Amino acid sequence: MMNLSLKNNMVVMLIFSAVVLTAPLWLDPIGANYPDLLQKFAIFGIFAIGYNILFGLTGYLSFGHATFLGVGSYTAVWSFKLFTMNVVPAIIFAIIIAGVFALAIGYISLRRSGIYFSILTLAFAQMSYSLAYSVLTPITNGETGLQLSIQDPRYIDAMAGVAVKEGLPSTNLFGQLMSGYSGFYFCAVMLIIGFYVSLKIFRSPYGLKLIAIKSNQNRMNYTGFNTRPYLLSAFVISGMYAGLAGALMAVTDPLAGAERMQWTASGEVVLMTILGGVGTLVGPLIGVGIIKYFENIFSAMNESVLHEIFNFLPQAMENIVVSVTQHFVGEGWHLTLGALFMLVVIFLPGGIMEGITNIIRFVKKKLGMSVDESGDTL
Amino acid sequence: MDAILIQILNGLDKGGAYALIALGLTLTFGTLGVVNFAHGALFMLGAFCAVSVQQLLTISKKVKDESITFFDAYKEQPYLEIWWGDTGTAIIDYAVPISILFAIPVMLLIGVAMERGLIKHFYKRTHAEQILVTFGLAIVIQEIIRSIYGANPIPTPAPDIVAGSAAVGAALGLSENLVYPWWRLIYLAFSAVIIFGVFAFLKYTTFGMVVRAGMSDRETVSLLGINVERRFTIVFGLATVVAGLAGVMYAPILPPDYHMGMDFLVLSFVVVVVGGMGSLGGAVAAGFLLGILQSFASMNEVKTILPGIDQIIIYLVAVVVLLVRPRGLMGREGVMED
Repeated sequence: MMNLSLKNNMVVMLIFSAVVLTAPLWLDPIGANYPDLLQKFAIFGIFAIGYNILFGLTGYLSFGHATFLGVGSYTAVWSFKLFTMNVVPAIIFAIIIAGVFALAIGYISLRRSGIYFSILTLAFAQMSYSLAYSVLTPITNGETGLQLSIQDPRYIDAMAGVAVKEGLPSTNLFGQLMSGYSGFYFCAVMLIIGFYVSLKIFRSPYGLKLIAIKSNQNRMNYTGFNTRPYLLSAFVISGMYAGLAGALMAVTDPLAGAERMQWTASGEVVLMTILGGVGTLVGPLIGVGIIKYFENIFSAMNESVLHEIFNFLPQAMENIVVSVTQHFVGEGWHLTLGALFMLVVIFLPGGIMEGITNIIRFVKKKLGMSVDESGDTL
Repeated sequence: MDAILIQILNGLDKGGAYALIALGLTLTFGTLGVVNFAHGALFMLGAFCAVSVQQLLTISKKVKDESITFFDAYKEQPYLEIWWGDTGTAIIDYAVPISILFAIPVMLLIGVAMERGLIKHFYKRTHAEQILVTFGLAIVIQEIIRSIYGANPIPTPAPDIVAGSAAVGAALGLSENLVYPWWRLIYLAFSAVIIFGVFAFLKYTTFGMVVRAGMSDRETVSLLGINVERRFTIVFGLATVVAGLAGVMYAPILPPDYHMGMDFLVLSFVVVVVGGMGSLGGAVAAGFLLGILQSFASMNEVKTILPGIDQIIIYLVAVVVLLVRPRGLMGREGVMED
């Protein structure tokens, strides 16, 4: 008989795919149903679940993952410029090149652990960022950012005899244009594949070894276990996820800029992962959803919108409330984000997933049900 | 020869800022064992102390401009000038030095409040969580400053008397062309004084002795009945003041904006790692060393051979040092190695 619990991978994947593919339906009531935002959810979702494979499983805090995101974007745009506007080669190239970068940076950085590892990845990230801005301008187009142009050769497209139209061509998947909802569905399929891989890793002996490294690396070493290859492979895998996310950014909007590689961008993915719940399967996705959704809403607010929201209050009180809250919206969205982040790290280091688990456990205890102390691995 | 000397001077004043920030970071590591990502934000707060003092002193009133006779023109005149005339003008001119007096108590207060209110609860947590919470705090401080002062850099000039350049070359019997801005020389001297002050404080006072003892063996010192924790709180405050003063004095060199702290923070971390975690001398030496290396790397002669080297030299050195000498140049055993 088939086991119909969440322990079964097929069941998890069915539920997950259904939830992701119907996102436009159930996000409609909260006003998040437009392609741009949906694409962002999917892309950053991929970035965060990839990051979680490194940070969540092994506990190595990298501050340099935005580098791989940037590398992915640049590679994808170059593939659009040189070969074809089809997205498949772009994505494959991006994943490979990001993987190569991750292999090089990871090989060196993983010689150290703890805070030293974080600072090494930070140093590499800053180095790549500065180089992208200065010396590598022929490749990255510096401050302007890498863009498509009409003069691009596009050899494969030219050979295949794709008709040259007026203006810039758009990205496509064998003819299907990658903008709007079709772009989202493409990203969503990638997200589902990425999630499946991450699920497999979490529930495999390989994943268990990574968790063992997190809980006690010394003991692993004493038992005669070489941890380096495992750490390095986890680093490369998460770098490839970042490359894929970067490529998808270029797919939905074919340009790439160095600011994607800045270390604050790496900080953002750490933030999303922590907020949702580090080391859990769906936690990072929840984090991405919350941050991107509220970024979208809060950063669009301004004083007059706030006055509308609070106009049920008496006039004097309304003015006070608005004058306080206006620092937290619009330009001040980052303030809200920073404060929220601090609160989560202080009071709920396991993120939202820990909160949910605690609530479920509390309810079960109240109802006198047996509590599964082994914990769910979702 | 001139070119080399000028690069060394350039490197020294930048190195001074790195050394001061790295000194504070190391004090925090060494005493409290906390990785403080908000330290750059404290540097930035110091610079904004100077900005605030300047803005306070120049609170103005609209008065009729007598020099224009064709029509009624108005100009802003600071109250200090109206009340005290030339004395007032002189006080405004000295806004940056005056703000040092203002910054010391303010930064001390901020530091102690931060330690008691937040950092204290993170001693027993992992380094990753310490990094994350202070990173969040840095964002919060930065954004608060932006919502008060706006996103643009605010020019904060040094007093007029030191506005020009010093004829360093002539004084040393070298070329007449070798000149260097006064304020940068002052910054260098200032950072040297502060560094020697901190070292003397730790070396020659009883308080400093206890702190040093606590840094090397916290448990034994507390078993002797000494309240180590309170002393470490004060050391955290001291580190905050050092970062703040570094910021105050840096304001005339680089007009402060809200993200200057983050820019310096990454570099200072690299400095601390190169110098060796927990080693005060290492932090200072590495600060000056990296400052000088950076200014040599930005010489045109070097850049033509190795393009872009000025952008990455510091990180490159850090990578090499960490791989060759994992504890940094002067690192002690057992710091941050659990």
